[in-house]
Amino acid sequence: MTSANPHRPIRGGAAPAAHATLPARGGVGLKPEHFRHILDTRPDIGFFEVHAENYMVAGGPFHHYLERIRADTPLSIHGVGLSIGGEGPLDEAHLDRLAALLARYRPESFSEHLAWSSHGGAFLNDLLPAPYHAGTLARVCAHIDRVQERLGRRMLLENPATYVEFEASTMAETDFISEVVGRTGCGLLLDVNNAYVACVNHGRDARAYLRALPLTAVGEIHLAGHAHDVDAAGAPLLIDSHGAPVAEAVWDLYAYAITLAGPQPTLIERDNDLPAFPVLAAEARQAEIVMARQAALEAA
Amino acid sequence: MSTELAFAHALLRPDAPCPAGLRAWNGSDPVKRYAVYRNNVVVSLVDALADSHPVTQALVGEAFFRAMAGEFARRSPPRSPVLAWYGEGFADFVADFPPAAGLPYLADLARLEWLRVEAWHAADADPLPLAEVAALLADEAALPNLRVTLHPALRVLRSAHPVVSLWAAHQSEDAAGALGAIDFAAAEAALLVRDGLDVALLRVEPGAAAFIYRLQRGDALGAAAQAAAPFDLPATLGLLLRHGAIAAMRTS
Repeated sequence: MTSANPHRPIRGGAAPAAHATLPARGGVGLKPEHFRHILDTRPDIGFFEVHAENYMVAGGPFHHYLERIRADTPLSIHGVGLSIGGEGPLDEAHLDRLAALLARYRPESFSEHLAWSSHGGAFLNDLLPAPYHAGTLARVCAHIDRVQERLGRRMLLENPATYVEFEASTMAETDFISEVVGRTGCGLLLDVNNAYVACVNHGRDARAYLRALPLTAVGEIHLAGHAHDVDAAGAPLLIDSHGAPVAEAVWDLYAYAITLAGPQPTLIERDNDLPAFPVLAAEARQAEIVMARQAALEAA
Repeated sequence: MSTELAFAHALLRPDAPCPAGLRAWNGSDPVKRYAVYRNNVVVSLVDALADSHPVTQALVGEAFFRAMAGEFARRSPPRSPVLAWYGEGFADFVADFPPAAGLPYLADLARLEWLRVEAWHAADADPLPLAEVAALLADEAALPNLRVTLHPALRVLRSAHPVVSLWAAHQSEDAAGALGAIDFAAAEAALLVRDGLDVALLRVEPGAAAFIYRLQRGDALGAAAQAAAPFDLPATLGLLLRHGAIAAMRTS
């Protein structure tokens, strides 16, 4: 797989320049269980992604390994705790920790979620939904403005996997995201599994959902597995579990997303029932095959 | 009540009704959909506690542990998005958790596992070079006034229960056999130090643990050694040096 991205960092060179972009290749979420294997085998992976909050510790093995693995592989830092969709103000102390982490590792990408996770001083450790209306839009835009100003860089915002909708919503999710991207200049982290999960859960057409997003702003794609449940009426209710291989339907939707958005840095996310590293590396290669196939079709 | 407050309120309260204002495209009762969030929150926090307290869980079994951790999570959700620090206070909760009253050592075991997490993620520090240590220790008259800066990852725990033996038994192949050999009346003290990228958990004499604790608190060498119960001072200093646990020493 060759990358069409002219900003692809050169492997093994000097410290990567700040804010270079991720290569349009397959990447894998970096897990402590795989640290040793990765350092021992140096697999050819397009990039790694870590959850910012896991590295907000003073020292120890997490930093030891991340420093070494990051030295020759592009890095995405993905936050799960900023609560950008929250009603309250941003946690400035957390933003400071984030700024320090980004200064230390100089990741090619920083992303966060269209969700909230803290309320009244408690951190609820889940990506919780907010109604889509003018009030939420104003708050989310103000929060993203503040994040981008404090971090001195553009962030990517990830579309959510949701299980409920709000009677108070007045906008479609795609319109809401388009407004946020337009007003703040942030990019879009297109989570194709989230898009699929949300569309099944809310009776929408996933392809139409993708077409309604601001796809020129996409800076990264996420792929993950989901679990199956049913709602109170027996309709399918998909759970964004990150505990299974990427589903066939999500691969299909990903191929469609690539036709719309072009080749993109594509992350395989796996947080539960973690398999051996080569299993995830194979899924990352699968993403590169999908991108190459699409490029070949377009060239033909 | 704000949308967020209503949504957050019921997440940690299993008996609270599902918040108002939710809907589903097919008109289905949103309770089951909202339950996904309720489940995610508590399960993820219990998983975090289970990850950091594997021996505590092994001692009581998974079902008991998850029920206990779930109650802690609902009562004391994290105050920070940095989940590495979620679990401070869990040992105190275990100490006061009535169903665990029959296992008096359980809270200290949870405390030991928490200290292990702290040691794991603490700041790094280079050990004081041995030549400098030797030079400082050579001046016998100055020894009592030496103040020692211990490695930031070092932790000590003094327990009325055999917590080190209990922990070690669960690292062995034959946990049941190792548990059978434990004297449950014995008091034990633990020293946790960095061992490369791992954390070593060593059993030390209670007097040595008290000495190390006083050094960590800032007491000079002489005062720290005198106040503790009888212990082998040279051996204890040797142990600290061998594990790179002395980051600095100065005469005061």
